[in-house]
Amino acid sequence: MLLEVKNLTKIYENKPIIRNINLKINKGDIYTLIGPSGAGKSTLLRIIDLLEKPSSGEIIFNGVQTGNLNKSQEVNLRRRMALLHQKVTLFNMSVFDNVAYGLSLRGVQSNIIRRKVQEALLKVGLAELEKQNATLLSGGEAQRTALARCMVLEPELLLLDEPTANLDPPNISLIEALIKDMNKEMGTTIIIATHNMSQAKRLDGRVGFILNGEILEEGEAQAIFSKPSSDRIRAFIDGVIV
Amino acid sequence: MGDPIIDGIINALILLFTGDPATWQVIFLSLRVSGLAVAFASMLGVPIGVIIGMNNFFGKNTIISLINTLMGLPPVVVGLVVFLLISRTGPLGSLSLLYTPTAIMIGQIIIATPIIAGVTLAGVSSIDISVIETAKSLGATRSQTWALIVREARVSILSGVAVGFGQSISEVGASMMLGGNIEGFTRVMTTDIVLQTSQGNYGQALALGLILIIIAFIINSLVLTRLQLRSKKLAGRRIMSIRLIPVK
Repeated sequence: MLLEVKNLTKIYENKPIIRNINLKINKGDIYTLIGPSGAGKSTLLRIIDLLEKPSSGEIIFNGVQTGNLNKSQEVNLRRRMALLHQKVTLFNMSVFDNVAYGLSLRGVQSNIIRRKVQEALLKVGLAELEKQNATLLSGGEAQRTALARCMVLEPELLLLDEPTANLDPPNISLIEALIKDMNKEMGTTIIIATHNMSQAKRLDGRVGFILNGEILEEGEAQAIFSKPSSDRIRAFIDGVIV
Repeated sequence: MGDPIIDGIINALILLFTGDPATWQVIFLSLRVSGLAVAFASMLGVPIGVIIGMNNFFGKNTIISLINTLMGLPPVVVGLVVFLLISRTGPLGSLSLLYTPTAIMIGQIIIATPIIAGVTLAGVSSIDISVIETAKSLGATRSQTWALIVREARVSILSGVAVGFGQSISEVGASMMLGGNIEGFTRVMTTDIVLQTSQGNYGQALALGLILIIIAFIINSLVLTRLQLRSKKLAGRRIMSIRLIPVK
């Protein structure tokens, strides 16, 4: 098992954001967290990436308890994951330097960086823009650059927070194909947060339905969507505000 | 004597192209003193700005207000305070710094540091929190995150350094009080302008003034303007690349 989340709770300003979540993710899994905006998906991903501390509960990554790590152990563990934030932020530097950033932090040799970055940019279809300043990219290009920046790190666990929100259909297809490729070719374990049900079906993995900080149901995508166990899930699937 | 303005322009051109040694010595001393002062002020001001901008602590607002106030510190007041400190009877009198280029430098460091710190602070504070979060999630340590912030705020920081340099090389109060305008030793451009004007050599004074402006122009266009325009140039290139895509 790559990741275990045990009885995780996060309370922020007396409001529970995450309530007693338990998750088990195996190596090579694609796990889709589905739920409406404000359900707690982003917070859960941020806690898994050790960017936030939980109020209670545990995150166990590859057998390592993450609760009592010191700063440098935390950075070392975080370097085995990559999180694509919901709000994509590219640095004010070239597309190439953006994608190379994580590798240069790890002290990777420049010729290896060049090879990996160029391979990744080719995959996301941005090879021609490598010298372009990244802050001038379009939404789809920016999202692909940010994904390439995570891909080059070859993380064991890739956390994707709404990676296709606000994108057009061609960009959505491309990003979904890249996610599947990473999972298949490199065996990357992926947790993806989305509110898009058809995306969850297309990615075809395990699905966790999250609402008000709780995972209400877990299972295969097709099964959950065809036979939801509770009215609240059915209401979301049917497009009713819950 | 003809029109002092025309005289001044002619004189400035003559001085620039003939290389009058006394004038060049004054120019070089100005550049050296202000250049070194700004280098030291940057070493102090940039870290101060970054540390204050990146951290939240009790009294932060008061410190920011203080820095903002010090940004407009009158050079003559700085001159007076430093003068009292380093004059023979002052607490640092034994160092014999009064009427030396070092004394002028100390004054200019005090003038430029708050400017550089203040502009750096504003630049760092305007960096979105998501930059820090993204850097962290890509595996940045604390110091690597700080390095990225400095890099992201580079245009602001360099603006601060350029403004600090402009303020230092153009101030006269501190240079006069601390340097004493000694020919060949502590005479800088601004104190020379005051002297030439008081002696009625308006042409020579105006010539030095023009040279001062030309130096500021060269430094700004070499460093700052190029950096500020870089992203616009890239924007232009981007539009070009879109146009190059063949229309089906």
